[in-house]
Amino acid sequence: MRGHGFWSDVKKYRTLLLMLVPGVLFFLLFAYIPMAGIVLAFKQFNYSGGIFGSPWNGMDNFRFFFESGDAWRVTRNTALYNIAFIVVNNLLQIFAAILLFEVAGKWFRKITQTVMFLPYFISWVVVGAIAYNLFNYDVGTINVLLNKIGMESIDIYNTAAYWPVILVLVSAWKALGYGTIMYLAAITSIDTEMYEAAEIDGANIFQRIRKITIPNLMPTIIILVLLAIGNIFRGDFGMFYNMVGNNGLLFSSTDVIDTFVFRSLITSNEIGMSAAAGFYQSVLGFATIMLANYAVRKYDKDHALF
Amino acid sequence: MNATATTTGNLGPEVRMKSRKPKPKDRLILAAIGYTALTILALFCIFPFLLVISSSLTEESKIIENGFQLIPTSFSTEAYQILFKYPTEMLKAYGITITVTALGTLLGLFLTSMTSYVLARKDFKWRNKFSFFFFFTTLFSGGLVPWYLLIVNYLQLKDTLIVLILPMLMNVFYIIVMKSFMSSIPEAIIESAKIDGAGDFQIYVRFILPLSKPALATIGLFIALAYWNDWYNALLFISNSDLMPLQYYLYRLLGNMDGMRKAMMASGAVVNINLPTESLKMAMTIVATGPILLAYPFIQRYFVQGLTIGAVKG
Repeated sequence: MRGHGFWSDVKKYRTLLLMLVPGVLFFLLFAYIPMAGIVLAFKQFNYSGGIFGSPWNGMDNFRFFFESGDAWRVTRNTALYNIAFIVVNNLLQIFAAILLFEVAGKWFRKITQTVMFLPYFISWVVVGAIAYNLFNYDVGTINVLLNKIGMESIDIYNTAAYWPVILVLVSAWKALGYGTIMYLAAITSIDTEMYEAAEIDGANIFQRIRKITIPNLMPTIIILVLLAIGNIFRGDFGMFYNMVGNNGLLFSSTDVIDTFVFRSLITSNEIGMSAAAGFYQSVLGFATIMLANYAVRKYDKDHALF
Repeated sequence: MNATATTTGNLGPEVRMKSRKPKPKDRLILAAIGYTALTILALFCIFPFLLVISSSLTEESKIIENGFQLIPTSFSTEAYQILFKYPTEMLKAYGITITVTALGTLLGLFLTSMTSYVLARKDFKWRNKFSFFFFFTTLFSGGLVPWYLLIVNYLQLKDTLIVLILPMLMNVFYIIVMKSFMSSIPEAIIESAKIDGAGDFQIYVRFILPLSKPALATIGLFIALAYWNDWYNALLFISNSDLMPLQYYLYRLLGNMDGMRKAMMASGAVVNINLPTESLKMAMTIVATGPILLAYPFIQRYFVQGLTIGAVKG
């Protein structure tokens, strides 16, 4: 125990520390330095002044964001969509996982699981192409089918009311395989002795699912759902942007914080307001994730994020 | 034990009678629900793909007349022929995507595994502090605007190949998964390597990397998929058409067929060519997704592996 404290530790761990340098630099550059850029939310940005040289304008950016009514609309949409996604996706995934576990045919199981996982692998751009195929007014498959049964074509891309349903279905479609695999892994790890004991006691298969599978799955469900709730104010930009794009007719029901921030930055070049909206989202997101983690901690310390 | 009619389908009736006890009613009901529901869900997942494939193979005039349909009303490979007749733009996009995916995956995997190795070393005094340093970035961020301005104004990376690789190089989720895998490697291996005089970096290269092959394969594929499917960085930072990756090229094409026409003219197509717009969009979608669809059956299990490692400690 010679040497004194910090510097001798640095020497002792010098190789390990050197190996951390690229990673630390990466996150400093792309995560921590942008955090300092949050000051932009309180500034009137101009390119000559840059982030730190532009003049302050107090709370003007926030006032503009909130008084335009945009803040309420995008916050509501983001939260409501995420709640709908959490409920629908998890229920479907749990349902599929339980059935996959109980159904006997090995090949059937393999094929359905493989097919259900496929949408996870394609980009949102391709999903956008699929949506075009389905929803286009003139040649879209949905309208072809509607016409076949003698109904009028519907103008999906110009009707805001259809989109909540469409987006929930698309999200369910893309996430089904992914979530099912997570839940299936949890079911597979349930102690088989419990099942055997239930069988000896004469429980039928539905009682077994209700009394053994679901209660044993509960910790996984609660943790996955709580963590998803922690991200309730983060919209999936890829999804919303490729499904809806810059179609203003649909914004009332489809605009989320992420698409709003993007548009304000790139399309309308309102950099200060965009930064303010981004900052608002980060703070909301941080608060909900802390709350969610607190809840997970209370429930089961081992599964808390930190 | 719980064999069903499908698995014993080719046995004669008398054999079946002997080898199986009658199925209880509850199991039959569950099997009926299970097979039906899972078949419906699987069809729900695969149906859009079939629709796009079929549309790409339908004659344009029939699409205009009847719309997209699940079964081609008149088969035609015209769209693919046109794509491959004037492939310059498409091949350029393929080239960019392959370059970005290859470089990004190699470099990303190296940095991710090296970082994870240090964080997984139980004798490293500051591992928790550094873990938190990385982890905190998933809790709080500066948002899109400062990040965007950093890359565009300060790093001046707009319209460079680097901007398609660098911002996605590392991801905390991958570090966590890799770290939890490496933590399960017995410490005795590191101890004995140390006694043999191996340095910390040597231990990583000679012992930890070879032992981490399953995790490297899984995370490598996750990184590769993310690069292959990336269009976001191109949307933000690329306006030079020579640097467009495949997905972004497809994105542009879906929204703007005129751009496609111009690109084709530039690569030598007849000026007033009548492009089969609708089937061409679908054919390009298939061409952009093709490699993933082909590789999918072989790589799928690595992703399943990754999800189940990740699920243990999200």
